[in-house]
Amino acid sequence: MTIDALKAAGLLFVAAMLQVSIVGSVHIAGGTPDLVLVTLVAISLLRGAIVGALAGFFVGLLLDTAYLGRIGETSFLLTIAGYWIGRYGETTGRDRSHAPLLSVGVITILYAAGALALHIVLGDPVDARLVMLDSLVPGALLNLLLTVPVYAVVRRILGRPEWSPEVRLLG
Amino acid sequence: MVGVLVVLSLALLSIYFRESGDGPLHDGQGVGATALRPFEVGAERVARPFRDLYGWFDGLLSAKSENEKLRKQLAEARADAIENQTAAQENAELREQLLYQDLPGLEDFRSVNTRVLTYPSQQFERTVVIAAGSTAGIRPQAPVLARGTLVGVVTGVTARTAKVTLLTDESSAVSAYDVNSGATGLVQSAEGGSLSLERVPKAKDVHPDDVIATAGSREGPLPSLFPRGIPIGVVTSAANTDTEPFKQIQLAASVDFSNLYAVTVLVR
Repeated sequence: MTIDALKAAGLLFVAAMLQVSIVGSVHIAGGTPDLVLVTLVAISLLRGAIVGALAGFFVGLLLDTAYLGRIGETSFLLTIAGYWIGRYGETTGRDRSHAPLLSVGVITILYAAGALALHIVLGDPVDARLVMLDSLVPGALLNLLLTVPVYAVVRRILGRPEWSPEVRLLG
Repeated sequence: MVGVLVVLSLALLSIYFRESGDGPLHDGQGVGATALRPFEVGAERVARPFRDLYGWFDGLLSAKSENEKLRKQLAEARADAIENQTAAQENAELREQLLYQDLPGLEDFRSVNTRVLTYPSQQFERTVVIAAGSTAGIRPQAPVLARGTLVGVVTGVTARTAKVTLLTDESSAVSAYDVNSGATGLVQSAEGGSLSLERVPKAKDVHPDDVIATAGSREGPLPSLFPRGIPIGVVTSAANTDTEPFKQIQLAASVDFSNLYAVTVLVR
């Protein structure tokens, strides 16, 4: 369990550093891939809701620190994203080959909508058209392109999914 | 467990909002950002050759058309340079004779040249984090240039890093003037990450290819943060419409805001 946590933390740290230094500057057709979100989805699917929520919280803090953004903002969104995808992975998405792609597609859209709502609540001037129309589709497609290799790498490092006995009984 | 993390996130967000710039969360963030800096610099160095290669191919595609345009501009610039040199000499002599008291110019600032460390998503905040902070003399609201063109202003500082809000951010606004006609206005972000010059009266003469630079006004209780005359971009279109009270002016920035690798911060 501890080794697993360290591996997940290492994966997310590398993903976060690559995102802030390299991937964030890639703009293709108006969209930017989100390596951290895709890595978080992969970890959550393989390790469940609690690990997903914890991973989301800590990688969110890391991103808020690296970007000198508002502490807690990204943590809040990624905690919910990690938990939700983790629950999906533990239940409906178990052993489904399309689960990573479906999860990344859905969570990219929900994350953008959630972030937009949060920015509006916080009083930031945001361009809803840019977020929900212009950059969302190319961003989601780029994330989907990243999904297969990232999921394969994360699965190779973390190993097969480990489910708790009660979830196994329900499944 | 999840509820605790969500509440903790919201609590951190709330505290961060309410506390001052030197509060414990801001201080902690500064320490964290300093600790992350070597990793960000390392990743940026690893990425540099690939980025340069991409830039080379990208530049190759537009080089031919750009070359023709630049040749034409060079011919015009040579003619302007001769005129400007004469005018500058005359100007300097007259200022000396009049003991003219001017606004702070670029020569009154010290330059801190540094690299760009992080590139956040362009969806919400158009900001970058740079690899120099308060230890290099950088303070909030310092102007930031790239290749001699204004690109933004410092909005957050830690010991070894600083956050720069770009001109293309929705919250940015810079008082500027048309170098050719003298019309003044406010440069703000426009749709698609471009720039526009707002609040220019319809009667003013503004034409495509006019150069827009910082106005550097000292009027009122809040003088401009930027010295006068830093280039921002050129006018791409200027039109009057019946429905708008001011001229509709679109600008093309002189730099690509999505590909900033190194910047200059002006400090005093």
